[in-house]
Amino acid sequence: MIQLLAFYLFAFLVIASGAMTILARNPVHSVLWLILAFFNAAGLMVIVGAEFIAMLLVIVYVGAVAVLFLFVVMMLDIDFAELRAGFIRNFPLGIAIALVLLAELIFGIGAYKAGGLELGTPDGAAAPLLGESNIESIGAMLYGRYLFLFETAGIILLVAMVGAIVLTHRGARAPRGQQNIGKQIARRPEEAVVNTKPEVGQGVQL
Amino acid sequence: MIGIEHYVFVSSILFVLGVLGIFLNRKNVIVILMAIELILLAVNINLVAFSAFLGDLTGQIFAMFVLTVAAGEAAIGLAILVIYFRSRGTIAVDSVDHLKG
Repeated sequence: MIQLLAFYLFAFLVIASGAMTILARNPVHSVLWLILAFFNAAGLMVIVGAEFIAMLLVIVYVGAVAVLFLFVVMMLDIDFAELRAGFIRNFPLGIAIALVLLAELIFGIGAYKAGGLELGTPDGAAAPLLGESNIESIGAMLYGRYLFLFETAGIILLVAMVGAIVLTHRGARAPRGQQNIGKQIARRPEEAVVNTKPEVGQGVQL
Repeated sequence: MIGIEHYVFVSSILFVLGVLGIFLNRKNVIVILMAIELILLAVNINLVAFSAFLGDLTGQIFAMFVLTVAAGEAAIGLAILVIYFRSRGTIAVDSVDHLKG
């Protein structure tokens, strides 16, 4: 019972905050709604017994991606009102396409419920370890069967990091003037100071 | 009791919201990137739900890789956004084709 209540609460909140993400006027509010959506999606995953992915979602998305979005939104000086100009004009087409897509997906679910689709049966090779927690089962699989994929994911992250730095790096600034101590000491008053006697209203030629 | 179709339903609605967000905010790249994150989140919910209901952990492993790619994509996308803003002073995607490669 409490599980059902929690599911409906999280499901309602994730959909509502997802809708607010795309409808909010201010992109900063969009990011904050997105963070709420991630938290509630993590709640949905906890209900179903996937704690590890839920915590990963909170750490990676809320802790890294959403904060990255916040930084970029706040650093760029953008007139957001101007960017919403086509909002009303795009509304009918967007709603139409979204409804068509939703209808297709619901047909799929309906076909499954009517018995027209068979879910595959797992072969048991990737079943959760008996008596172990979710994270231990995932760890055993990740560092066993999926070790190379796991390392490939690390390389993807490395490439993304290098790419982001290369794209936004501005290069070294022009070097500032270097101090030449020998030249400073060798300077004499005779060559540094000049006496002139200009006519009135003539000024000095430097 | 909660069945798999509940989860599939929630994730389909979230997916459609993401697609709708791309259509509604066609000029604002930041919101488009956030809509893509919503789509990936819907996919992740789907993968995790099927993984849990079928008793097969592969879906959760795959959700982790989706998460990795989403993080990389957000970093690269925002980097491109920043250099685009530096060169043009706006982020309206209408004029993206002015870059001409």
